[in-house]
Amino acid sequence: MSDPGQDQHPARTPSGEGPAAPDHPHWFDDDAGPVVRPYAMTRGRTSHAGQHRLDLIALVVAESAADDPVWDMTLAPEHAHILGLCRGRPQSVAELAADLDLAIGVVRVLIGDLVDDELVHVTRPVPPAELPDESILREVIDGLRAL
Amino acid sequence: MAFGRSSRTGAMHAVSPVEPLTLKILVAGGFGVGKTTLVSAVSEIRPLRTEEQLSEPGIGIDDTQGVEGKSTTTVAMDFGRITLREDLVLYLFGTPGQDRFWFLWDELAQGSLGAVVLADTRRLADCFAAVDYFERREIPFVVAVNCFEDADHHPVVTVREALDLDPGVPVLLCDARDRESVKDVLVGVVEHAMSLARARRRSLSAGA
Repeated sequence: MSDPGQDQHPARTPSGEGPAAPDHPHWFDDDAGPVVRPYAMTRGRTSHAGQHRLDLIALVVAESAADDPVWDMTLAPEHAHILGLCRGRPQSVAELAADLDLAIGVVRVLIGDLVDDELVHVTRPVPPAELPDESILREVIDGLRAL
Repeated sequence: MAFGRSSRTGAMHAVSPVEPLTLKILVAGGFGVGKTTLVSAVSEIRPLRTEEQLSEPGIGIDDTQGVEGKSTTTVAMDFGRITLREDLVLYLFGTPGQDRFWFLWDELAQGSLGAVVLADTRRLADCFAAVDYFERREIPFVVAVNCFEDADHHPVVTVREALDLDPGVPVLLCDARDRESVKDVLVGVVEHAMSLARARRRSLSAGA
């Protein structure tokens, strides 16, 4: 996050003299890291407190409280968009990111907000580093063959 | 509790909408080998594109001269969906082609059933890196040779030797445009994953 106070940084003198004043003015120092525009939507948050990283195929499921039309008026458009999609049927994180045309990291934060508001819950797919039961694998094979 | 899934044997009908179990298979291979074509051949949706913005120091090795240090890059991953049953959905993810995005593969690979390494015999070397990646992480994979019309049809043995594959790794010939052919490849991945899991269980119980 860049501090607005840094606008008064002495390196940015209007005269632009000396080696400390290159063609590209420094709006923030290197330690601040890059400012990434897509994350402006999340107010600069790149992760969500107390939540592990949502898998791309984790499903976001709307809670019954989400049916209240009041949310469409009160939520930010992106939150409302996610909620609207999930009301139809559960949506994977990847699908939501594609539908909203937003970076996955951004969508993860927005989903986290909706989880906090208890408007959605997230189902975790297969536990990491574990293969599902053999019976499920067989169902997958049968399902593929039947396509 | 935000995580969890209703039991598959339990009263699925009591929950509306149904919360399916989601699984994923990765599709890797060099640029232009036909990963998106393969996904399109079986996906019920037009392959979607999802993107991640990166600001990792690692992308500094990108050869964009003059953009030293930190910068941001967009990595695109194409994916498709196959609803096998109301409560069982398989996602296919095309992995980002460039080697430098491999840290993203780790996330994609986690919890995946397995992978397809799509190979083009005219540019076999393009898939070395993918083979290496899945071998090292012990992720079940099959090599599917996409039989382009103008490519020589090398026998499976030649491909296997050229890639120096473990004898257990299946090598299949396929046409990434053909739905039936792609279905066979995917079945191959799941069967291979199943036999590896069985072998692992056996060696575990034998070692105990």
